[in-house]
Amino acid sequence: MALDTPKRTFKVVGTRPARPDGMDKVTGRAMYGADITAPGMLIGRILRSPHAHARIKSIDTSAAEALAGVRAVLTSADLSVPEDEFIRDVQDNCMARGKVLYDGHAVAAVAATDAATAKAALKLIKVTYEALPHVTDVDAAMKPGAPIVQDGRTLENVPAGMSANVTSHSEFGHGDLASGFAKADKIIERSFKTAATHQGYIEPHACLASVAGDGKADLWCCTQGQFFVRTLCAEIMGMEASQLRVTASEIGGGFGGKTTVFIEPVALALSRKSGRPVKIVMTRDEVFKATGPTVSSSMDIKIGMTKDGRITAGEAHLRYSGGAFPCGTVDMGGQAAFAAYDLDAVRTFGWNIMTNRPKEAAYRAPGAPQAIYAVESVVDELCQELGLDPLKVRLKNAAKKGTKSSYGPTFDDIGLVATLEAATSHPHYTAPLGPNQGRGLSCGFWFNFGGNTCVSLNINTDGTVGVTEGNPDIGGSRASISQMAAEELGVPYEKVRTIVADTSSLGYNDVTDGSRVTFSVGLATIKAARAAIQNMCARAAKIWGIDEDAVEWKDGAACPAGPNAGKFPPMTLAEIAAVSAETGGPIAGHHEVNADGAGVSFGVHLVDVEVDPETGATKVLRYTVFQDAGKAVHPDYVEGQMQGGAVQGIGWALNEEYIYGEDGRLQNAGFLDYRVPVASDLPPIETVILEIPNPGHPYGVRGVGETPIVPPLAAIANAVSRAVGVRMTELPMSPPRLLKALMSKG
Amino acid sequence: MKSIHVSTTVNGDPAEFICTPDETLLDALRDRLGLTGAKEGCGTGDCGACSVTLNGRLVCSCLVLGAEAEGAEITTIEGMATGEALHPLQQHFIDGAALQCGVCTPGILVAAKSLLERNPDPSDSEIRYWLAGNLCRCTGYDKIISAVKAAAAEMRSN
Repeated sequence: MALDTPKRTFKVVGTRPARPDGMDKVTGRAMYGADITAPGMLIGRILRSPHAHARIKSIDTSAAEALAGVRAVLTSADLSVPEDEFIRDVQDNCMARGKVLYDGHAVAAVAATDAATAKAALKLIKVTYEALPHVTDVDAAMKPGAPIVQDGRTLENVPAGMSANVTSHSEFGHGDLASGFAKADKIIERSFKTAATHQGYIEPHACLASVAGDGKADLWCCTQGQFFVRTLCAEIMGMEASQLRVTASEIGGGFGGKTTVFIEPVALALSRKSGRPVKIVMTRDEVFKATGPTVSSSMDIKIGMTKDGRITAGEAHLRYSGGAFPCGTVDMGGQAAFAAYDLDAVRTFGWNIMTNRPKEAAYRAPGAPQAIYAVESVVDELCQELGLDPLKVRLKNAAKKGTKSSYGPTFDDIGLVATLEAATSHPHYTAPLGPNQGRGLSCGFWFNFGGNTCVSLNINTDGTVGVTEGNPDIGGSRASISQMAAEELGVPYEKVRTIVADTSSLGYNDVTDGSRVTFSVGLATIKAARAAIQNMCARAAKIWGIDEDAVEWKDGAACPAGPNAGKFPPMTLAEIAAVSAETGGPIAGHHEVNADGAGVSFGVHLVDVEVDPETGATKVLRYTVFQDAGKAVHPDYVEGQMQGGAVQGIGWALNEEYIYGEDGRLQNAGFLDYRVPVASDLPPIETVILEIPNPGHPYGVRGVGETPIVPPLAAIANAVSRAVGVRMTELPMSPPRLLKALMSKG
Repeated sequence: MKSIHVSTTVNGDPAEFICTPDETLLDALRDRLGLTGAKEGCGTGDCGACSVTLNGRLVCSCLVLGAEAEGAEITTIEGMATGEALHPLQQHFIDGAALQCGVCTPGILVAAKSLLERNPDPSDSEIRYWLAGNLCRCTGYDKIISAVKAAAAEMRSN
């Protein structure tokens, strides 16, 4: 669906109205996953493996079953084995079958009349394990002879002779690397590692399942995609989609981590077994151990540059581990690595390797931050070595309209050059710095998704509007969707209410991910509004006794189109709605689409840091985000995405990491030891929104949510390098790691 | 374990509940009294999503026992607005887009109110340090700090 021409002026889009869920969220009324109860509800709890890798020899649940108040006990023996490999992996991750594959892997579950009884029952379950050798490091897992996490999971594209932990290989790029590197005046090769991090949403996973005796079931849960939850759970439970209604609660953060299921099939199975509703709420310890953190990575980068700053060739070898199951995230890393550059010779090679870690889930721009951190670090080091301005070098090599991207497609209108120019002219770039301070920058990129989307828009008889959409609101999307409906219909924002439907009330919608919602749901809402407008024009034509084509929609009212149509005063939406019963019945519009044209997103971050040479602690002093939003529908929430993503990236760069002991167990499964940024760690995060319209959306909208987490990793590493002269090639740059680097530099 | 009968005051209203000796105040508020505004984000006092005040003192209700509420005065997010009139902090959080997912918001509002009762004119740095025990993963804190400042300014001028 193309950009509207001529370019329109907006009345509602681009303003900053109060979000519709604001009142509920500031008063405690909003209902999140753990806030929902049902009559007769049982409490479910899950027993988890203390081993990183072990064979389950036996599970004896008899004592737990005999405990008063216990109504159901579940193991994988209660579940059938799905034929579909993808579904089987999801199920096996929710409840181990045969082997436990990581510390925290579920082995059994109970449902009891209260939490204390459920907890006591878990202690009565006797699991006999045969401990197996484990591996948690991606490089160690790739070596021949490493402990095998799962056998027989390797795809055909992996060359023979590699460890069975290597599950897939991918390559992207074009041009001749050898001749590209031959043209370079300087070539730098570096290896990098990044730790696995967690999305760190404040709301632990929670769900309530109720399966009735006739097989009909309801599931309430905090999720980014109720329709996908239905698909997964219906497959695992052997149910028809129509029999399982999934309702998404308010969601207390997701960032990609709530795009799959961990406890929902367990709650459904316990409910089916007990005949009672079952609620499961994870503890924070469980969230860290047994949900889906991001991949850990190990990477080799080689880039060549001429003396005047032209990149002649780029090569990346990416080894990602998505935990104990096959994972395709490295493909996105390979595609994103060099996306910011217009290159003649570029190639990326990606490998996924299994380790005894929890199964990865998406985390904001999955795969991109790691690869781009490594590439942007080497680009920066080349600039340092050749004495070049890092912004000028990026401008010189920047991808633009017509560039054949490093992953294949040719870019349409994109905003990278505009963001780089905005950074160049911003006062931040030339502000003075003090001792032990440095300034760094990095580009960021995300593809942006479109996908399956379905919207229903109803014109109420009192002149108000209801929009029914199917994507949980994780960043203010109900506000932006209401704005787009109001804009199109020509009614005030306050007249529109947007709700997120359950799976029985609307057609399939893809998960809220990939920064797809404001783009795709917005596009479908605009089309649904246009369908309703067409209907309303027809009603006015009927009342006036003129041809439908002789009516047009202007400023929220049907009007005769031109002098030949006849002279009638405009009929407003409210006036048409009020008499709809006499003109043909209710008025609605709907639209269904598998949306493409999402329009890629670029951003540039500038950061100043100060390093304490005594402790290795890095303080972020100043931070500015420049990003192309296409069209910022609600600028407050666009800024919010830019600020929140930047701060998650700051945490990744400086503090956050999954730390495993020699025993393969996670050592920091809590917010005290897995330290996310707190308010006192941070400066204000300044934002500069650029608007280069996306040709694939009627208003020019692009997704904005993922890109901001990408640049902070390299921007901060580059700033640290310029502050204290050490190039940090391992994340996070926590104080002990940075201090060690400073000491060995001397 | 024998349950304990607790008589307390919540948001100005008398309240009674029965809880086990090891039950947290957070669980008692949520599961016994139906006040689900306070959230459990960690259960270990690291995230602040369960913040309430106990006799005027800001606490993580996951670290307080329900039994400790005996004879005390508790205030929660549910008691912050007066009828339909929002507290200036609540209004500025909406107007200033200081929330996204909103799950940390009740705790942050309770904590910020507690700050402004002690210091009606806090600096940015004072706000940041006071709220350092309240994790927010969506906003990067920027708009939260601005909203607290704006609310403080409004409250000082009234």
